[in-house]
Amino acid sequence: MSLLKAEGLGIQFGGLKAVDEFNFEMNQNQLYGLIGPNGAGKTTVFNLLTGVYKPTSGQIIFNGKSLLKMTPTQITQLGIARTFQNIRLFKKMSVIDNVKVGLHHSQNYSLLSSILHLPSYFKGEEAMHEMAMSLLRVFDLEKYADVKAGNLPYGKQRKLEIARALATSPKLLLLDEPAAGMNPIETEELMETIKIVREKFSIAILLIEHDMKLVMGICEKIAVLNFGTVLAFGTPDEIKNNPDVIAAYLGNEE
Amino acid sequence: MKKKQIKDLIISFIAALVIYGLIMFLMSAGVVDYYWSGILIMACINVILATSLNLASGYLGQLTLGHAGFMSVGAYTSALCSLYLHLPFLLSLLIGAIAACLIGILIGIPTLRLKGDYLCIITLAFNEIIRVIMLNLSITNGAKGLMGFQAMNIDFSVYFISAVITIYVIYCVVKSRHGRAIISICEDETASELSGIPTSYYKILAFAISAFFAGVAGGLYAQYMGMLVPSTFDYNKSVEILVMVVLGGLGNLKGSIIAAIVMTILPEYLRAFADYRMLLYAVVLIAAMIIKEKNLGPRIKSKFFKNKTVEVDD
Ligand SMILES: Nc1ncnc2c1ncn2[C@@H]1O[C@H](COP(=O)(O)OP(=O)(O)OP(=O)(O)O)[C@@H](O)[C@H]1O
Ligand SMILES: [Mg+2]
Repeated sequence: MSLLKAEGLGIQFGGLKAVDEFNFEMNQNQLYGLIGPNGAGKTTVFNLLTGVYKPTSGQIIFNGKSLLKMTPTQITQLGIARTFQNIRLFKKMSVIDNVKVGLHHSQNYSLLSSILHLPSYFKGEEAMHEMAMSLLRVFDLEKYADVKAGNLPYGKQRKLEIARALATSPKLLLLDEPAAGMNPIETEELMETIKIVREKFSIAILLIEHDMKLVMGICEKIAVLNFGTVLAFGTPDEIKNNPDVIAAYLGNEE
Repeated sequence: MKKKQIKDLIISFIAALVIYGLIMFLMSAGVVDYYWSGILIMACINVILATSLNLASGYLGQLTLGHAGFMSVGAYTSALCSLYLHLPFLLSLLIGAIAACLIGILIGIPTLRLKGDYLCIITLAFNEIIRVIMLNLSITNGAKGLMGFQAMNIDFSVYFISAVITIYVIYCVVKSRHGRAIISICEDETASELSGIPTSYYKILAFAISAFFAGVAGGLYAQYMGMLVPSTFDYNKSVEILVMVVLGGLGNLKGSIIAAIVMTILPEYLRAFADYRMLLYAVVLIAAMIIKEKNLGPRIKSKFFKNKTVEVDD
């Protein structure tokens, strides 16, 4: 059984079909890429998969369950986590608290036990702290634990967003242009981190990226989106040599 | 982390105890007379109102103008419990708070979908509806006022301890995973949902806790005044509480406490300006909205306080 399956997925904004007849399938622990020209509908696909937008047609099956009637909260709890193209951290909260929000469901001490400062409260908070710190360590962010998230440099904010997403212990991680705004060295680092994350947490990753070197370098398979539909799907080599893909990219450059 | 938190708590409790001891001493020595002890009681009530509203408006980020409505529900419910059911004061107080809390949940479920101006208007309307209901019910004695429910031997300690408990509970809520969920909703609701936070639940929870303590404040107010008239709990009172929260800083518990105390005591010195008070409140609120909207806060802060890092509010 596949982990994620989208069938004939589509959404319309007014007259614009942002995504149309989107078919896609992914299995556990795979690392796929989603590319396409600007405005192709990549971010919209993520918004559909995470319940931010409700599709006007089609079906999404995740882990055997239909996501159509679920809220974004429920979908996240089911195991899809994501980052955003335009970073959306909790800016005024500390770095570690951002991760702890993601870890919310990892502990279940009640409100009453925190008011009465019962042992379960301290135990839960301690465990959460440990988990958050070890997640921050994966991204070399542990020294910034108490810094306000909004005060982090751009590249580190992107990493923190991934850490917060991982905190929800997802089965599928959606990364929306994780390397945007990073310099080549940072991008290189990020590639390594993504590989490590996938192995360490044994999760599937789907990433949107404009940096072709990164996508071609780490993705097993790539889907190319154009005008909301899948134009091509295959290994990086197949995609590189696909005439349709080349035409779509070149045609879009004027 | 655990040690530091316990240390902070102990220090805060010792500070509260010292303040309490000092006030009690000054009262027994006659330095604080009957008139001023009344003002101190009102300060405690306002601290409860401001800190509880801060949970909904500061931490959760939902600006509401109905806090006096919840206060009114608490005040009338507890007064009626004392008057007709002859329940002991603390039990009446608790029932009043629970009633306010339930009304809070009832109002919260349909309205917390709304944001900004809309929520302000709806809660303002709720405030007025409650006032009109209290005015027209026969059991509340309408505009003539409700009397004869006051309990004996309730002194300053009860008000002070209630204020301390309120602050403590709100602090605990904020410092828990529940509090982080509430703050994350204020920061970015979509990101919060997509981090797995059940946002509707936490909005209503924060609103309910906020209303509960408004109910406590109402019950205490009823006990202190000994007479209730619906016009006390009109939107002017709601505006006054919101101004305390805004002046003290949204999401700043210490700020709310200080603002509530200052705004209780200061008017006593500025009697001559009493007529202009609402005007001043309006100006403060408008200024606060502009500063928040344009995000001028950090810039103003760094201009006036030349510290290198902007302090993290707690
Ligand atoms: N909420 C919305 N309302 C109306 N139109 C929208 C909305 N969201 C997206 N669109 C439109 O849908 C199309 C696809 O947008 P989307 O953001 O998914 O593109 P993208 O592939 O992520 O592009 P980019 O590479 O620039 O991020 C665009 O034409 C966009 O204007
Ligand atoms: Mg995009």
